[in-house]
Amino acid sequence: MAKNSNGLLCKLGIVKSPGAPVPHRKHTKDCATVDMPAPAKVTMVMQQHIGAPCAPTVKVGDEVFVGTVIGDSTAPFSAPIHSSVSGKVVKIDSILMQNGSKAQTVIIESDGQQTVDPSIKAPVINSDADLIKAVHDSGLVGLGGAGFPTHIKISPKPEVKAAIDHLLINAAECEPYLTPDVRQILEDSENVVEGMKLVAKLLDVKYAVIGIEDNKPEAIKLMTELLAQVKIDGITFKVETLPSRYPQGAEKVLIDQCTGRQVPPGKLPSDVGCVVMNVTSVAVLANYVKTGMPLTTKRLTVDGAGVSKPMNVRVPIGTSIKDVIEFCGGYKGAPAKVISGGPMMGMAMASDEFPILKQNNGILVFDKEEADLSATTDCIRCGRCVNACPMNLMPTKLEAYTNLGRTDELQKLNIMNCMECGCCAFVCPANRRLVQSIRLGKGLVRNASN
Amino acid sequence: MDGKLIVSSSPHISSPVKTKNIMLDVIIALIPALIASVYFFGPRALALVVVTVIACVVSEYISRKVMKRPQTIGDLSAVVTGMLLAFNYPATLPFWIAALGGVVAIVVVKQMFGGLGHNFANPAITARVILLTSFALRMTTWVAPHAWQGTVDATSTATPLALINSGATDELPTYAQMLIGERAGCLGETCIIGLLIGGIYLVAKKVISPIIPVCYIATVFVLSAVLGQDPVMQILSGGLFLGAIFMATDYVTSPITNKGKVIYAIGCGIITVLIRQFASLPEGVSYSILLMNILTPHIENATTPKTFGVGKEAK
Repeated sequence: MAKNSNGLLCKLGIVKSPGAPVPHRKHTKDCATVDMPAPAKVTMVMQQHIGAPCAPTVKVGDEVFVGTVIGDSTAPFSAPIHSSVSGKVVKIDSILMQNGSKAQTVIIESDGQQTVDPSIKAPVINSDADLIKAVHDSGLVGLGGAGFPTHIKISPKPEVKAAIDHLLINAAECEPYLTPDVRQILEDSENVVEGMKLVAKLLDVKYAVIGIEDNKPEAIKLMTELLAQVKIDGITFKVETLPSRYPQGAEKVLIDQCTGRQVPPGKLPSDVGCVVMNVTSVAVLANYVKTGMPLTTKRLTVDGAGVSKPMNVRVPIGTSIKDVIEFCGGYKGAPAKVISGGPMMGMAMASDEFPILKQNNGILVFDKEEADLSATTDCIRCGRCVNACPMNLMPTKLEAYTNLGRTDELQKLNIMNCMECGCCAFVCPANRRLVQSIRLGKGLVRNASN
Repeated sequence: MDGKLIVSSSPHISSPVKTKNIMLDVIIALIPALIASVYFFGPRALALVVVTVIACVVSEYISRKVMKRPQTIGDLSAVVTGMLLAFNYPATLPFWIAALGGVVAIVVVKQMFGGLGHNFANPAITARVILLTSFALRMTTWVAPHAWQGTVDATSTATPLALINSGATDELPTYAQMLIGERAGCLGETCIIGLLIGGIYLVAKKVISPIIPVCYIATVFVLSAVLGQDPVMQILSGGLFLGAIFMATDYVTSPITNKGKVIYAIGCGIITVLIRQFASLPEGVSYSILLMNILTPHIENATTPKTFGVGKEAK
């Protein structure tokens, strides 16, 4: 995506203007985060990250505290799970995840005391290896939504590390409604800066850049002031102001905007010398290094026409969506759709009994009117999807070939480069479920190449 | 909470711009030219537009009914086709031919291929071409502007392009008359200013990209000049502005890639000039667009954009 994506030629429709004019709806951006007290019961899912699931390290009847490890895995590609409340393990159960897989859960009844585990103390860090181990122990995963274990991300192979010169901190927060990242900056900028410094030094980068959309001027101002005071030899710290056009926060788009480099299809950010981390992730990392307190709470935006009191709320991980909504004044009318995450890429939940995971950053409750997506009509070939696609794909053709099952054509059209941002489906005047079909098409291609 | 939640794959919101809004914008954009046509050619111009639109909408309704498919007259695309087709009629055309054109456009060209989005050729243009070959004389019987008011001789007259073709260039209207539309021609094609206002509206509302109209008109301008014609008179004559702004930009039958739009528009321009200069017909806008409609899928395949990150590996 070119930097001038809001330029005159784009406005005139002569040059493609990637992305979609999604509404911002940042109603909660000025709402200071409210702490939610521990609920009566939390459900800790043993798979809150990409990679190997954890196995419970506690059994029914065990007493646990805030920060006690309750799930872990010996696999390196994993992240431990910590109790978010103090109380007693009452059940080891399983839960059906949104993607259809099953995961184990540890259900803990809270004693309401929120006693912190006595073993928690700031980790001793004398080397890079100590820091990476500390990050592993903190249970930190990519908090922007992907859930990629952070200790893996910050420990690239030496030859890869040598080529990495950019640390990019993602604070674009391009999803409508969601504001936890901007609240993170405004409420706890110290840890954001500290985390940036820690990771930048660890990865030995030349540039540490935080990307923020221009609809959050307070955050831009604050970070610019704070980063100007950071003096580390050989590392430039700066803020990159991004246009408020969805999807600036998509990893590949962010890298392009901040460095002018494009990640080739099938490659990783490290292939173009970048490591991208969510802003809240680096803050949690800094906090762990300072205090030893693992990731047990999460800041969420609760919004949508179907919730009584939209707000930002810090909840213990494992709290059910239902309890969170209740804390926010309960449902307003009958909820039609409950979304975990933003409206562009978030997941519609089948039940409000599902617990909050580490990588959640918002709960949206849509009423019937908001949830209404009109019936699909025939494609009028207007080309809006082609113009909107940040990956320069042709969504309308991908949809057609998916319906025909033509995996050869789908591969020729680079379907796997789709990051499922949803711009195509958003802009479609015929309400065609384009990205939804493309997801199916990607599955067809995966199956065909297996 | 009682009752079930809706579960669907993201995204969960969509843009307020729908097919119907787009078609409505096109209708709005056609209104300045419609007003001009009534001013120059009288109430009969309006009556022709109304008859054609009704014929189109009724044809669409009956076709969908007969084919047992969801009703689509609500998307307003049949109204757009009707207006555009009528804009291509001379003011003297009998009403039954006007209505027949609407039936051909909707039933034969559009619905028989599956309806909006599936037709490979522009319904209004194709219907016009069919009428032109079937009723050659009636489709080319022009009257002078204001003839309906009885102030000028009401007998048939020649269009500027026919005058140029026959060498009677001293009878040509002035540029100013051409701009405001004071000349013989099809209902909706004469008032360049009205068409331009509509075009600017469509670009401002992001309904169309200016690529096709600009490249099309520029190609005709340059080629006409190269061939020794008066390029200004050439672009203001015939149905070029109507075709370039409203017909060649038809989503369904023009390429969806920006590069493809450029190729398509230049192709339209070349064919238009070739027909005007070398064929026995005075005007070639309809035929050029129709021919390029047929090439659209090939142009599109040849201009598939490079996906993000391709060609950037060696950085």
